[in-house]
Amino acid sequence: MTTIDPTAEVIASGVEAGDSALGRLLAAAADWLTSADHKKIGRLFLGGGLLGLLGTVAINVILGIERSGIGNINDGAMAQILDAQRVGLVFGTLLPLAIGLCVAVVPMQLGARSLAFPRLAAAGFWMWAGGLTFSMIALVNNGGGLGGDPDMVDLFLGAHGLMAIGLAATGVSIATSVLTTRAPGMSMRRVPFFAMSALVMGLGLVLLMPVLLGTLTYLFVDHRNGRQAFGGNTGLYDWAGWIFSPGAAMLFALPVAGLLAEGAPLLFKQRTPARGVVFAGFGLMGVAAVGSVTQQAVHNVPWYGSDLNFGGSYEVRENLFDLVPWAMFNLLPLLGLTIVLLMVLLQAKPVKGARPNVTPALAFGFLGLGMVMVGMIGTALFAIEDLGLQGTVFAEGALIYVVYGTVLAALGGMAYWAPKLWGVNLPATKVLPFAGLGVLATVLASLPSYVAGFDEPRDIYAILVLVGHVLMALTALGFIGLLVTSVMSSEGDAEADPYDGQTLEWATASPAPANNFVDPPSVMSAEPLVDSKQNYGQIDSEKGDS
Amino acid sequence: MQALTAGPTDAPRRQIIIGTTLGVVAMVMMVGGMLAVWSEQRTNFVERDGNWLPSGVVIPEVAANVALIAFIALCTFAQWALWAAKRNDRGHGVFALSATALVAIMVINAQAFIYSEMGLGVGDGAYATMFYALTGFFMALMIIGVIFTVVAAFRFAGGRSDNEILAAHAIYWYAMSVIYTAIWFVVYVTK
Repeated sequence: MTTIDPTAEVIASGVEAGDSALGRLLAAAADWLTSADHKKIGRLFLGGGLLGLLGTVAINVILGIERSGIGNINDGAMAQILDAQRVGLVFGTLLPLAIGLCVAVVPMQLGARSLAFPRLAAAGFWMWAGGLTFSMIALVNNGGGLGGDPDMVDLFLGAHGLMAIGLAATGVSIATSVLTTRAPGMSMRRVPFFAMSALVMGLGLVLLMPVLLGTLTYLFVDHRNGRQAFGGNTGLYDWAGWIFSPGAAMLFALPVAGLLAEGAPLLFKQRTPARGVVFAGFGLMGVAAVGSVTQQAVHNVPWYGSDLNFGGSYEVRENLFDLVPWAMFNLLPLLGLTIVLLMVLLQAKPVKGARPNVTPALAFGFLGLGMVMVGMIGTALFAIEDLGLQGTVFAEGALIYVVYGTVLAALGGMAYWAPKLWGVNLPATKVLPFAGLGVLATVLASLPSYVAGFDEPRDIYAILVLVGHVLMALTALGFIGLLVTSVMSSEGDAEADPYDGQTLEWATASPAPANNFVDPPSVMSAEPLVDSKQNYGQIDSEKGDS
Repeated sequence: MQALTAGPTDAPRRQIIIGTTLGVVAMVMMVGGMLAVWSEQRTNFVERDGNWLPSGVVIPEVAANVALIAFIALCTFAQWALWAAKRNDRGHGVFALSATALVAIMVINAQAFIYSEMGLGVGDGAYATMFYALTGFFMALMIIGVIFTVVAAFRFAGGRSDNEILAAHAIYWYAMSVIYTAIWFVVYVTK
């Protein structure tokens, strides 16, 4: 039934352009602003996420200048800058980039002609964009969790509620797409890895964002009416601070693992054995992350996972009681991630005589997942009270590892699927250097915070972090520049299947038309395109023999 | 590469039902989270001040209990509408949907009556702010449910032969009954 979904024809029709340049411009703007084409909605999210990244980098640079002693910031503004950093990293960068890639790509992978409830996803984008804008306005005007202007604090809370509604709506759209719009023959076991990771992330949004919304509603009503229940502004971080924790961020970084799993089989052009194991890895990460957020009250979990104390004053039984929830919340997601990584390494075993097919999905996905993994290890260490990391910048380093790891993967995803989204092939020789630069930026922006956690804050650490953030800005700007120049100079001759792909998005033209597929393709295996290619994965000499 | 063969026409995968189910899961998570915070705060305030419900405030339990019973009727009517739609019985279907909307409005009225009888201002302490935030969200969900019912009724009366939206509509009211039962127990029974 299609009463809520627009038909493919409606999506394709767009808005008629006027004759004049201004008319065409207005028509194009209206087309983008009101589009129900999932590729446009996804690209809007991606563009918003890249803008958010640049803004967040600018905030981090200001913070670095202050911390390194190069300059001084008005102390009154420090609270807002710290708030802006957290909001920028999670809501401004991580979420839109991860969601944007999923919205743009998943329906093509499923062989669907459109996203389920595309207008819901579009509304989700505008609510996210509006909420982020309002939260920044509130911060600029002395709002935020530690702000002094009550109206701006209220605006800050309301803006986050708006973003929560929008992101949950988009999560419903993504999850429903995977569950209901798969091509004929594509059972859940045959769903591509990236789409499966998007499903887990989408369900995570559906489960977590409403909890955030409910808590924010309490805080908003209480803050406007006496502030007796939650203690004024500070209640925001006591009761809703978990959304800025690396544990929650890890859930939204799941598509990073999906991207890597997507690129691994293409390395030596093999089918993936034991796909269920990879799916189980995604599930472990998702369940553990949701658990760590929803079980806070029961296990006294302060944002970053359960506390673990090895101190001598504890009884053995008490230590074990601490150990179990700590391991559940911190080691289970790591186990899930390790499973995905091991499956990828299994497929990276060289095939004699075959040339490796290194795609941006593999390179950026591998490096991005590595960064996310270091962030997760840091989160696990941070919860061990005996290490004395709490109250230091260690947690900030962990969050930046997770967020910048996701940024790397998002850049890789954009490069990998650029033929479908923009109609251009980005050559590996030009794209891969950005992966190296991005990793360097991530390590510099995060690792000194880890070291400072064990040591003590020093100017040199702050300067290194500052350099890391600047490098990340250069990575993003360089990538955007490459993409824009490639699109501008494109002659519309992008290959439909430049990577010899296995999944359905490579079966349609580049760029993908508005409806993705003229007819929904039929699927006979988990790698439907391999079924239609002769001698797939055979080295040249074998091809000659056959 | 050989072209992939075109598949058959899209199999109906109950998109509205799945989407609604995910939506109600989100609603349940939201209210569940709010009730968890409510319970935590109630414990904190009882430990600190000795009481949670402000003195002199009486909750009109009869209205709360009647609203709970009304949800049995709501679910029955919503299921009746689906039953009628499956048999293409337009008369029964429209009547059942109208009854659903009417009972939902009565529940909203009962909640408004509770507000009126309690005489509690939204700014009258921690209990009041949390009470109005929680039950206010419940009211919003009830109003969304009434709109859902009206839209479903117009579609059905207008000749739409599919019954997927009516199944989704019934799922919504079942979820709302679960949500209200939890609110009733935590807020009106254990107070």
